[in-house]
Amino acid sequence: MKSALRLLALAILLVAIGYWFAAGANRGWTKTSVPIKTVDDVTGIEGVTYQKKFIPGVEFLAAAGVASLLCAGFSFLFRTKPFAQTSNEQAPNPK
Amino acid sequence: MKTQLTLLAAFGFATALLAAPQTFDFKDAKGINNAAFKVDAPLEAINGTANGVSGTVTYDPENPGATKGKIIVDANTMTLPNTMQQGHMRGKTWMDVEKFPEITFDATELKNVKTENGVTTADAVGTFTCKGVSKEMTVPIKLTYLKDKLSQRLPSMKGDLLVIRSTFTIKRSDFGINPGQMEDKVSEGIEISLAIAGASPVK
Repeated sequence: MKSALRLLALAILLVAIGYWFAAGANRGWTKTSVPIKTVDDVTGIEGVTYQKKFIPGVEFLAAAGVASLLCAGFSFLFRTKPFAQTSNEQAPNPK
Repeated sequence: MKTQLTLLAAFGFATALLAAPQTFDFKDAKGINNAAFKVDAPLEAINGTANGVSGTVTYDPENPGATKGKIIVDANTMTLPNTMQQGHMRGKTWMDVEKFPEITFDATELKNVKTENGVTTADAVGTFTCKGVSKEMTVPIKLTYLKDKLSQRLPSMKGDLLVIRSTFTIKRSDFGINPGQMEDKVSEGIEISLAIAGASPVK
């Protein structure tokens, strides 16, 4: 269990960082839509419409970091199972 | 002599008609008109737009200095790329769009008017109203008169276009926009950029 939680913590962190990089490494706030600019040929006015798109930002990384730390932290609540001790000592010879 | 007088009167009437101020309607059928706003913040500037623009302006190509009118922005159309931030912005603490659904500028006078090749620059004096607070303001504007260009934009109509551009800054404390709060996270100044086109169709 201890190892599983630590592996999960590492996985959360790596997946979040990987996703953040793949989505453009946005160092601002998370965006749920992106502005699409179009220019009106006649007036030259730049119009803006929004397209739904999730772009993770710094708070996404922070949330992933917190989740990862929690997982790693919980892992310390589990004790390491003591190994079953086997003895090579020979039983005393009853005389 | 009678015929000459009649012709003169007809000419005068036609000239007066041509020189009469035109009314431009800024409700844009194409939905391009927008007011952009920018607020500085430590991590990144908050940039948004509002495309619910309406209002009318009277403009006389022969006398651009007499331009007057009112532009209305529907506060419910203020949009940000982050839905959570947008919710906060439209909420009671900040813009309270439910209670104050309109942001308006009512221009009553133009000063420092300069016109060249159909482009007029001036300072518009008027009343800016936001979140229920009205304040007298003077903002720089640029008017571009595009004669007979309406059909190029909307093929089913004939007439003229008037493009208004303006960029100015307001203080949020002046309009009760969460005054004195979170000044370290959201700047006091809000930069507003208006780029809108109005149509004056020929009837």
